[in-house]
Amino acid sequence: MTSKLNTPAKTPLLEVRNLQTGFKIEKQYYNAVEGVSFKVDRKQIVGIVGESGCGKSVMSLSIMHLLPKGIGKVRGGEILFEGTDIVGYNEKKMNNIRGKDISMIFQEPMTSLNPVFTIGFQITEVLLNHQDITKNEARAKAVTLLKNVGIPRADQIIDEYPHQLSGGMRQRVMIAMAIACQPKLLIADEPTTALDVTVQAQILDLLKSIQEVNDMSIMLITHDLGVVAEICDVVLVMYAGKIVERATVEDLFENPQHPYTQLLMEAIPKMEEEKERLATIEGLVPSVKDMPAVGCRFANRCPKAMPECMQITPLLEDTKGGHEVACLLYEESWPKEERVGAR
Amino acid sequence: MTTKDFTEQGKPQQERKNLLEVKNLKTYYPIHGGFFKRVVGNVKAVDDISFTIKKGETMGLVGESGCGKSTTGRTILRLIKPTGGQIIFDGEDITRIGGSKLRKARQDFQMVFQDPYASLNPMQMVGDIISEPIKNFERRDKKELEEFVKSLLVRVGLPETAYYKYAHEFSGGQRQRIGIARALALNPKLIIADEPVSALDVSVQSQVLNLLKDLQKEFDLTYLFIAHDLSVVKHMSDTIGVMYLGNLVEVASNKDLYSEPLHPYTQALISAIPEPDPKLRKERIVLQGDVPSPANPPTGCPFHTRCPMAQEICSQEKPPLKEVRPGHHVACVLY
Repeated sequence: MTSKLNTPAKTPLLEVRNLQTGFKIEKQYYNAVEGVSFKVDRKQIVGIVGESGCGKSVMSLSIMHLLPKGIGKVRGGEILFEGTDIVGYNEKKMNNIRGKDISMIFQEPMTSLNPVFTIGFQITEVLLNHQDITKNEARAKAVTLLKNVGIPRADQIIDEYPHQLSGGMRQRVMIAMAIACQPKLLIADEPTTALDVTVQAQILDLLKSIQEVNDMSIMLITHDLGVVAEICDVVLVMYAGKIVERATVEDLFENPQHPYTQLLMEAIPKMEEEKERLATIEGLVPSVKDMPAVGCRFANRCPKAMPECMQITPLLEDTKGGHEVACLLYEESWPKEERVGAR
Repeated sequence: MTTKDFTEQGKPQQERKNLLEVKNLKTYYPIHGGFFKRVVGNVKAVDDISFTIKKGETMGLVGESGCGKSTTGRTILRLIKPTGGQIIFDGEDITRIGGSKLRKARQDFQMVFQDPYASLNPMQMVGDIISEPIKNFERRDKKELEEFVKSLLVRVGLPETAYYKYAHEFSGGQRQRIGIARALALNPKLIIADEPVSALDVSVQSQVLNLLKDLQKEFDLTYLFIAHDLSVVKHMSDTIGVMYLGNLVEVASNKDLYSEPLHPYTQALISAIPEPDPKLRKERIVLQGDVPSPANPPTGCPFHTRCPMAQEICSQEKPPLKEVRPGHHVACVLY
C-alpha cells in the first residue's frame, strides 16, 4: 500500500517500452514480439486483438515472467509496473507480484485448474500465500469470492473438484482465484474463447462488474472484435509481433485506419447486414523465422501496398487526437529523414 | 464459367424440390452402468426433430455445445445409427438401408469436418487423400485421376503441386480447403459441414466461407451448415434451425430469424452475440445457468429452466414445433 502512495498519480499502472521477446529456434533467437510499447492506465480495459501467431499471448507471458524457460526470453525493452521495471526481477520477487498485483486468467479453464485439488484448496492457496490470515478465514473468504463471481451453492462447490463443474463455472472459479487478492491488473488471455455465446455474455458481464467494483485494470487479449467492442476502452491491434494501430474503442470501430484493421473488420460476417461475399486477406502471416527485417510486415498481404512499404519501416505515430497507426499511407508514420519534405 | 453462372442464375426458384427430409429423427446414446454394464438410461442427443432442405439451398443448424447439432449431421450421414424417425434423401428412405446400398448412397453426401488438423491422414500425400474416395467407387485411369484431382485442388484455391505434399505442410485454412476438395471428389449432392471454420482465424474464415458459397453456385450443392456462431450461420444459410438440448426450437428463413426471433432462446442467443460495434453496446438478455445435461433433461419445454418468460405450463408440457407465420416455425407455448 505504501508504494502506491509514493507513485505519482500520473504514472500509468503498466507501461511497456520497446518490448522484444524472442524464441530460440535451432540455437538462434527470433523475435515473436518486436518493439512493442503501450500503456495501461488505472481502471482501464485495454483490448489486444490480432490473429493467431501475432504475439499477443507471448506479450502477456513476458509481463508475467511465464515464458517457457530456456526457449523464450525477453531480449530487450522495459516492463514498468507502477513505475518499476520488472524485467530483471527474479522468481522470488515475481512471486510477490503474481497473484497479488497482477494476475492472469487463461483460455482453457480445465487445463489451468489443478484436477487433483479441490476448488477451495486452490483458492485458499492464493490467499494464504499473499495474506496473513488463518486457514478458516481464508476458507470463509473463498466462499465469499465464489459467491461474488456468481457460483451457486458456493459453500458446497468449494469442496468439489474442477471436473465436476461446467466450462463456464470453471472460468468463474479461475476469475475468483485471479481476483482473490484484489490485483491491480488482470491479464485475461482469451477468457471466453472456449465458452458458448450465452455463457460468454455472462463472463463478460462479470469481468466488467468486477473491474468497476475493484477499480481494477484489465488487459484483455482476444481475437474476437465483437468482444473488444463490447467491453474495452482502448484497443491495440497487433500484426506479426508489432502494434499496427492503437485507438479508443469508439475511434477504432468508427474510423479504422490501418488496412489490416479495415480488412479484419470487413472479414467478419455481421448480423445486421446482408453480404454476398466477405473481405479476405490473401496469404499468411510470415513465420517468425522469415520476418522481413525492414519495411511493413503486412506489406506482402496489403491491397494498398506501395513500393516504399518494402523498404521503410513505418512508425506507430499519432495521426489525429490519440489515434495511432503504423502505416506509410499516413504522413506521420514516415520516419523523419524519409519524409518528402526532408528529401 | 461465365455461361454456367448465367444458366444457374436463370433457373427459376420454384423448381427446387426437397433433397433431404428429416422426419421425427431421434438419436439416443445409451448409458451403461451398474452390474454387467446394463443400459441404465439414455442421452437424448437428438430428440424428435424434423426439417427439410431444398436442392441448392443451405440449411444452418445453430446451437450451443451439446445441443445435438453434430449428432444430427452425423446421423443423417448414417455414421451413427438413428434410434427412430426417418431420413429421406432424394426421394429414398435411407434410415435403415445397410451394406452395399448404404455404401452406394454415401457417394451423394459428404462431410467437411471441424478440425482440419485431425481429419486429414498425416501419412498420406494430399493427392492420395483426395483420390481415395474416387478409387472406392470408380475405376479410373491413373493419369486421368491425377489430372482430375489436380483440377480439384486448383478449384479450391491450392496450387497443383499440393498433390505431392503432406497435410502438415499446410496452414489451417489450406487444410480445410483440402478437406473441401475431398468432399467434392465424388461430385456429391449434399455436403454436411460441421463447424468448418471455427478453428480458423477471421481472415482465413472469410476465405473459406467465400469458397463454400462459390462452390455451391458452381456445382449446385446443397449444404447442411452446422456452427455455433450465429453470425456465420446467418451469412451462409437460407434457412436456420436453432437447436437446444436435442430439440429444434425454431426454424425460419435467415432474415426472419434475425429480424423477428420468436423463441426466447433464440432471442437470448442473438442478444448474447458481441457486436463488433461499440455504439451498439446493448442491454443483453443474459441467461442464467448452464445447459442442463441431456442425460437428465428437464420435463416439459427443454428451455424452461433458463427461460426468462417461463410459465407454469412450460414445466409440464413439451410444446410442438408449429408454423406460426408463413415459413416460421417455433416450439414455444407463447405462440
